[in-house]
Amino acid sequence: MFLNSEFKTTLKKNLQLSNLIPQVLLILFFIFVVYFFANNAQINMKARNMSSGFDFLNTNSGFDIQFSLIDYDGSSSYGRAYLVGLLNTLLVAFFGIFFATILGFIIGVSRLSSNWIINRLSLIYVELFRNLPLILQIFFWYFTVLRSLPSTEKSLIIFNFLIINLQGFYIPKFVFTNSHYIFYGITFAILTIFLIKYYANKMFYEHAKVIPVFKISLILIIIFPAVFSLIGGVGVKIEYPKLVKNFGIFNYLGGVKLIPEFLALVFSLSLYTSAFIAENVRAGILAVSKGQKEASKSLGFNSSQSLNLIVIPQALRVIIPPTTNQYLNLTKNSSLAAAIGYPDLTGAFAGTALSQTGKAIEIIFIVMMTYLTISLLISLILNWYNKKIALVER
Amino acid sequence: MNKENIKNWLKVNLFSNWYNSIISLFVLFVFFSIIPSFIDWAIIKATFIGKTKADCKTGGACWVFISVWFEKFIYGFYPDKELWRVNLAFIILILTVVSAFFVKPKIKPFILFFLIFIFPIIGFVLIHGGFGLENVETRVWGGLSLTFMLTFFGIIFAFPLGVLLALGKRSELPVIKYFCIVFVEFWRGIPLITVLFAAAIMFPLLLPANTSVDKLLRVAIGLGIFESAYVAEVIRGGLQSLPKGQYEAAKSLGMSYWKMNFLIILPQAIKTVIPGLTNTFIALFKDTPLIILVGLLELLGMVNLAKSNSYWLGMAIEGYIFVGIIFWFFSYLLSRYTQSLEKKFSTERH
Repeated sequence: MFLNSEFKTTLKKNLQLSNLIPQVLLILFFIFVVYFFANNAQINMKARNMSSGFDFLNTNSGFDIQFSLIDYDGSSSYGRAYLVGLLNTLLVAFFGIFFATILGFIIGVSRLSSNWIINRLSLIYVELFRNLPLILQIFFWYFTVLRSLPSTEKSLIIFNFLIINLQGFYIPKFVFTNSHYIFYGITFAILTIFLIKYYANKMFYEHAKVIPVFKISLILIIIFPAVFSLIGGVGVKIEYPKLVKNFGIFNYLGGVKLIPEFLALVFSLSLYTSAFIAENVRAGILAVSKGQKEASKSLGFNSSQSLNLIVIPQALRVIIPPTTNQYLNLTKNSSLAAAIGYPDLTGAFAGTALSQTGKAIEIIFIVMMTYLTISLLISLILNWYNKKIALVER
Repeated sequence: MNKENIKNWLKVNLFSNWYNSIISLFVLFVFFSIIPSFIDWAIIKATFIGKTKADCKTGGACWVFISVWFEKFIYGFYPDKELWRVNLAFIILILTVVSAFFVKPKIKPFILFFLIFIFPIIGFVLIHGGFGLENVETRVWGGLSLTFMLTFFGIIFAFPLGVLLALGKRSELPVIKYFCIVFVEFWRGIPLITVLFAAAIMFPLLLPANTSVDKLLRVAIGLGIFESAYVAEVIRGGLQSLPKGQYEAAKSLGMSYWKMNFLIILPQAIKTVIPGLTNTFIALFKDTPLIILVGLLELLGMVNLAKSNSYWLGMAIEGYIFVGIIFWFFSYLLSRYTQSLEKKFSTERH
């Protein structure tokens, strides 16, 4: 009934001439612009003897990509090149977010340290990294820092685990046999944790008993995969990179090679974004008023209970929304990869594939839509989370 | 400060307990092992005077690189004898902005009007040519002056568009509302690089054959539209913070939609979000170097070009430090100004 009457008033409002005209004009204008561009595109394509459409995704790309998570070579299709680019984007974004979060939290907490030196130093860190253009930072890491590393023969070797030279960083590769058992273990652990969480909630609200869910979860997530691996007979072989001389040129083979482009991107993205996250963390901690801590103490909470149950949940409520925005920015900023030739979505697909096929409209459309999908997915999750943690007031 | 005070200060701030002492000592150690060698490289052993790379023999930084290329870094390939035109345009801009701080509040709207509507025309004629001035093509524009031009253009383009989008997002007319929402979310969801690629590579395909729009203009408009979506979000925040009574009061005085928004709502809303707007414009300023990806060379692009000049190889660090200092200086200055504004407004409000 209410909905119906509300609907009627909106309908009535919209049918008024003064309200109708601008809306119709906007629709007409939009249709005109789309038609104008589409028509021109068609004429231009015809004049240049270019076909339109997405068929090219199935044809051979004919170019090689030097860094790929999946099998790829020149005989693979453009569609496959897109997938390689997308995975490379997600890889950089994942590591960037991981390190930016850790660094950001450390710096953010240090900003509030009572130690004068730590306090000032983290302030300098924040002001330095967030006020420099990201692309400058990427160039700085790529063209100066990583270019001044030692050559292959004189590689820096750290505990036989990390090998650093001009070609990039090398780390040992862990080759698992029967690795799916680990996956089963993790799935089982997660399911169990959900059950325990449910039980703990029930105990908390009905019997006022606190069950240390986090500690139990931590133990389970280690123990279950371990037990499953023992049962399934999971074996680990560590493949170390080896120095090989080929045609008089030294090279490291085997292991995992992280190319300088990847490293420069991850370094600069995480340093740049961590400065912003640090400010969020600081603001979040400052937002929890002193009274909350005092109130929890007066209720008899010990300091770790007060931190875990009172301070951190309230600080996170302030920290998480802007930090998720920073994650989104980081993912979008990873497109700067194109500037140093890291083959991500922008570099490999909007760069190399575009210049080879000349299909500017199709490729830029695909790339824009991909980033848009990632952005919308992240903001959907953020909105859902915001609703979940929103203060319920009387 | 006497000895006792210093001792006390050290004890409270650096050595309050054992782990703070360890951290402090460790940081001091690292600090004193890095800073002297940096100063040694950047100042003591550095070469400041010279004409070629060969003049740098001392092993420190070669600032000759900056001084030789300085003009190119600032003006790009703009012809030497026409440089006064760029300078004049920027002097007018700076004088106008500075004068805004000293005049009475009543005159300020006129200055704003001049900056948004008249100055762009004067600046364009001066820098591009016309009215008896020799034409200078946009492809020779470059360096720091191009960075500033793009930032300025981006601001005066994005601001009005952003205001309209923000109003549109809160419109009662569903078509306009959802159009603005989709428009803003689209531009906010894609990275700037794809916008630049689209403007530089894709857009010419969408124009009628035989017509062409200057590449710099295409990129600048792309940048402006991209930024307008962020401006819209900031202004929307300001609109939301206004109490409903303001709208109701304006309506009860019989004001029309536009009168209400431009005289009552927007002045208050924009005032509260000036810090957010400045932050958006700082981001725009820091984003301009990205145009290097479509072949336009502002400051960072010029430095990149100069460092790969075969006579000046190995000068990347000096060049990047120079670019870094300039960008850092302006961004930091603006962000400090924003913070002072925030403080000023927060005391006014309560």
